Amino acid sequence: LAHGGGGKAMRDLIDDVFINAFSNSSLNTLEDQARFQLSDLAQYGDRLAMTTDSYVIDPIFFPGGDIGKLAICGTVNDLAVGGAKPLYLTCAMIIEEGMQVSTLKQIVQSMADTAKAAGVLIVTGDTKVVERGSCDKIFINTAGIGVIKKDYQLGVHKAQAHDRILVNGYLGDHGAAILNARGDMHLSSPIESDCAPLHELIEVLLNAAPNTRFIRDATRGGIASVINEIADASKCGIEIQETATPIRNEVKGFCEILGLDPLYLANEGKLVAVVPAAETAAALAAMRAHPLGRDAADIGYVLEDGRAGRVQMQTSFGGKRIVDMLVGEQLPRIC
Amino acid sequence: MSSHVINQEVRVKGTVQGVGFRPTVYRLALECQLHGEVSNDCDGVLIRVSGMDTKIKEFLNRLSVEAPPLAKIDSITHAVIERAWDYRDFSIRGSSHSAGRTDIAADAASCPQCLQEINDPNNRRYLYPFTNCTHCGPRLSIVNAIPYDRCHTSMHDFKLCATCAAEYRNPLDRRFHAQPTACHECGPRLFLSPDSPATSIDSAISPLSLIQRTQSILDVIQQALVEGKIIAIKGLGGFHLCCDASNHASVELLRQRKHRYAKPLALMAQDMSVVRSYCQVSEQEEQHLRSPAAPIVLLNRLVQADANFPALSSAIAPGSHLLGFMLAYTPLHHLICQRFGKALVMTSANLSGEPQITDNEEALEKLLRIHSANNESDTTDTEIADLVLYHDRPIANRIDDSVVRCHAFGVQVLRRARGYAPRSIALHSSFQEADQILAYGAELKSTFCLIKQGSAILSQHQGDLEDVKTCDDYEKNLTLFKNLFEFSPKHLACDLHPEYISTKLAQAQAQSKNLPLLGVQHHHAHIASAMAENGLSRTHAKALGIAFDGLGYGDNAELWGGEFLLADFCESHRVARLQPIALVGAAQAMLQPWRNAYAQIRNSMTWTTFQERYGTTKIAEFFEQQSLATIDRMLQAQVNCPLASSAGRLFDAVAAALDIHPDKVQFEGQAAITLESLVDQNYLAQLLRAKSTEPCYQIEVLNNPITQLYELNPAAMWPALLDDLNLQQSQSKIATRFHAALIQAVLKTVDLLRTQHRFNEVVLSGGCMQNEVLSTALQSAIQERGLVCITHHLVPANDGGIALGQAAIAAARIAKNALSTEIN
Ligand SMILES: [Fe+3]
Ligand SMILES: [Mg+2]
Ligand SMILES: [Zn+2]
Ligand SMILES: [Zn+2]
Repeated sequence: LAHGGGGKAMRDLIDDVFINAFSNSSLNTLEDQARFQLSDLAQYGDRLAMTTDSYVIDPIFFPGGDIGKLAICGTVNDLAVGGAKPLYLTCAMIIEEGMQVSTLKQIVQSMADTAKAAGVLIVTGDTKVVERGSCDKIFINTAGIGVIKKDYQLGVHKAQAHDRILVNGYLGDHGAAILNARGDMHLSSPIESDCAPLHELIEVLLNAAPNTRFIRDATRGGIASVINEIADASKCGIEIQETATPIRNEVKGFCEILGLDPLYLANEGKLVAVVPAAETAAALAAMRAHPLGRDAADIGYVLEDGRAGRVQMQTSFGGKRIVDMLVGEQLPRIC
Repeated sequence: MSSHVINQEVRVKGTVQGVGFRPTVYRLALECQLHGEVSNDCDGVLIRVSGMDTKIKEFLNRLSVEAPPLAKIDSITHAVIERAWDYRDFSIRGSSHSAGRTDIAADAASCPQCLQEINDPNNRRYLYPFTNCTHCGPRLSIVNAIPYDRCHTSMHDFKLCATCAAEYRNPLDRRFHAQPTACHECGPRLFLSPDSPATSIDSAISPLSLIQRTQSILDVIQQALVEGKIIAIKGLGGFHLCCDASNHASVELLRQRKHRYAKPLALMAQDMSVVRSYCQVSEQEEQHLRSPAAPIVLLNRLVQADANFPALSSAIAPGSHLLGFMLAYTPLHHLICQRFGKALVMTSANLSGEPQITDNEEALEKLLRIHSANNESDTTDTEIADLVLYHDRPIANRIDDSVVRCHAFGVQVLRRARGYAPRSIALHSSFQEADQILAYGAELKSTFCLIKQGSAILSQHQGDLEDVKTCDDYEKNLTLFKNLFEFSPKHLACDLHPEYISTKLAQAQAQSKNLPLLGVQHHHAHIASAMAENGLSRTHAKALGIAFDGLGYGDNAELWGGEFLLADFCESHRVARLQPIALVGAAQAMLQPWRNAYAQIRNSMTWTTFQERYGTTKIAEFFEQQSLATIDRMLQAQVNCPLASSAGRLFDAVAAALDIHPDKVQFEGQAAITLESLVDQNYLAQLLRAKSTEPCYQIEVLNNPITQLYELNPAAMWPALLDDLNLQQSQSKIATRFHAALIQAVLKTVDLLRTQHRFNEVVLSGGCMQNEVLSTALQSAIQERGLVCITHHLVPANDGGIALGQAAIAAARIAKNALSTEIN
């Protein structure tokens, strides 16, 4: 790909790569904007949800996914954790000059496949090719619109004493897979990114546990950061159990060699849900019945007399250690 | 020379309240036939005396000599009063409480008089385990608030009996205003779990039967110790786990049950004869053992222990030539030790990582049986202690046993807690204006420090703040100290490390109270703490600070740990350092010494060279079993491999190469401590001699043109060290050569720096300076150069001293009105 104006060559590229892959009535008109009937949206609920995220990742292809899949899942998940049904996505790309058209096609196809599987439409987009060195291979931005069902009132400040903290499966897979892929770390057993759209699982979860307080996908900063955000916003203390926290042995081993704490590793298909104790069993059963929640676990609870904002972990040795929000990267504290 | 009647007002400052000071004044005044009065006030003790001037002189002389043992007099000033006074006698006036400077005393070991009483069958305190007086007993461990009166201590529920009350009110009694005073009848009592009819509290209804019950309890304890059982005993500042130190099976069992596999266990003895039968004890060491602080003193083991005493279990301090002994320091300890006669293991009772247990219920629940209630997969109960001996005097504040070590240049405090805290540390008079400064300290060996009216109050050792309970205790103690010292901070100081919990606590406090917060560089704080405790003036000229430790957050987010700083209290700048080497896996490199050996060796030679020349060494074999492909990729791709100029990691690297805990250390410094104990002092002296021809390793000192820093580079040492391994040289020889090389490189750096900078003092600080071989050799060589060598004596060289340094730096900067690194 060569960078440059918006002339014929670019138009051909867009036709060739994007329209073919994303093909839908809204996109095909190639207007400057996508247009929706409000009445169509209103059938799903009473509030719009809107989000945007930019995806930059090295490497752009990794075990379990690629930057295209990530760009769809990430935005779908950001809508879904708010209780919204994701409907429409935009897609803007910044491509470094010199990228193979075949590579681009592969990414775009992956986006199309993921969007189709997730039941969302990519309705408008933009593409820029920039000079070599101005970006790293490809940056993708997706924005999304979804509609929130009438009864859902999720909020990060809503956690209460005795609420349980649930996750939908093994933690840290994505972070470990990326580190491994990036550094060619010679992992003995391969770890795949957990990259997946979670809206279906969330629907199942919310149906089973309608009083769920809050859901968030545990992306950058891992579950440690999400749980800290909950503890801060809800002004409560939260305790998690090391032995109850699902982490694959491969990830544990990898983290041990690298000296990283898996609680802070990124996930792209994992959510943290705060569920009232009474609905926990139903929530877990429902999640476990879904392929993306098979290994769902109850990892902890909101303390009755905890320190506001403090997250602690009962370790397998019996002690309790503070699991704090990181200011920067993981940095040794031992003198 | 004629003598005549005069009036004098005498002011005594220091730790003079709650230590029996006024009764001493009273007695002396009576003996010197003086009239007047004595009272406590916000500045200490105020005495007014009328009498013959010669008698007053005698009184003043005797006052400083005969001051009660727990008093610490900072100053006595006196002035003649011209006004007429009309005192008909001498009296003690009740203290009126007002804000100001008064010191709370530290807990103190039982005094000789009290010990005599508990051993005298005719004394009413015969066998009473909580006997104390104004010269001894609990202080900080029982205080909840000020003023220091019984109602503000753990004793508030124990109403004095008539006899005790009379003693308490009698100015000539040793127990005059002894707040925790008690007897069988009115004071705290022992409890045993599991209980038996003979030891049950129901069995005791009269004072006589109370004594009998105590006897029965002591019998049970004695029997249990003989049988090799493990007993949890409630002491002054927390529970201990106790067993027969010569019963190897018991000691092993204790280690297993406590999951404490490596750290040395402390020992307790009844008297010096027991200590001497196992250890060399210098006069200085004996003084510390016998002092009211009664710390654990690290002593050199005798090569040949006294055959009249049973051999100690080899599991007490594996891999160390040192033993940590303390003498019994409460009446209860004395009663147990006297009966048992032999050395006891007396180690803090806690679950791994947690602080020492202080609470009865927690002790009964966790020590007698651990329930894994929150742990579904593991429902088995584990006993730690076969018996729990406790009492009903609550421990208000957890205080661990202090640890000290004596060497040629004085004493080093390794852990400053019971017996020392909260004694104030006098700063130079130029700090007089410094006030209301609070420093939050470091992280793992955390302490905090208040500066109030020019003197520094350092908290007792708190421990690792990542532990939830330790962190809670830290905050609780902070509140307590603020109350005890009537302190409301106006300036805060903390470390620069953004992830330290202490830093975050300080930031939260600064934000909520809108207070200025000063970030202090870790190694500058180390150096300043040594300068502060040695009484250097606030405006003292720059000294050369050598801070060797594990790791600290440096300028520009670098990781430091082997630094040469030109520093005064206000500022510091780095002039030399150890060469930075990758920490492979960051925090993991702290736990696994081999990672540091690997990084050092990779930095020194190619892998092919290493394999060709040193492929048959143990460490090479060890490397082969590690995931080297991944480790190499981490190094190449710089994944979690930050560079650090850490001295601690260099010690770890050398230790690992010598096959000392290469795989894992149980506590920071473990490998380095073993390495130190391998040093052959005679061989070291030979190596350090000016004209030594003995081959030694080279740690080069090179000027790095980019950083403009001298760098101590061990790259050239490694081939020589590995050659020695190939030649099957002894661990001792190699460890000694390494120490010599490091000492020589440090001295060479000092000499190079002297040609470029002006300084008269060299300050040694940081955890690695607890290495006696390193610090004593440096000290004598520095003094030989005509420089003053400043080291730690009152506060730890490790991170336990950081808070004092932070506070002193804050004070100096505030005074200079130059808050340069304000962070929010
Ligand atoms: Fe340090
Ligand atoms: Mg938090
Ligand atoms: Zn006494
Ligand atoms: Zn009494």
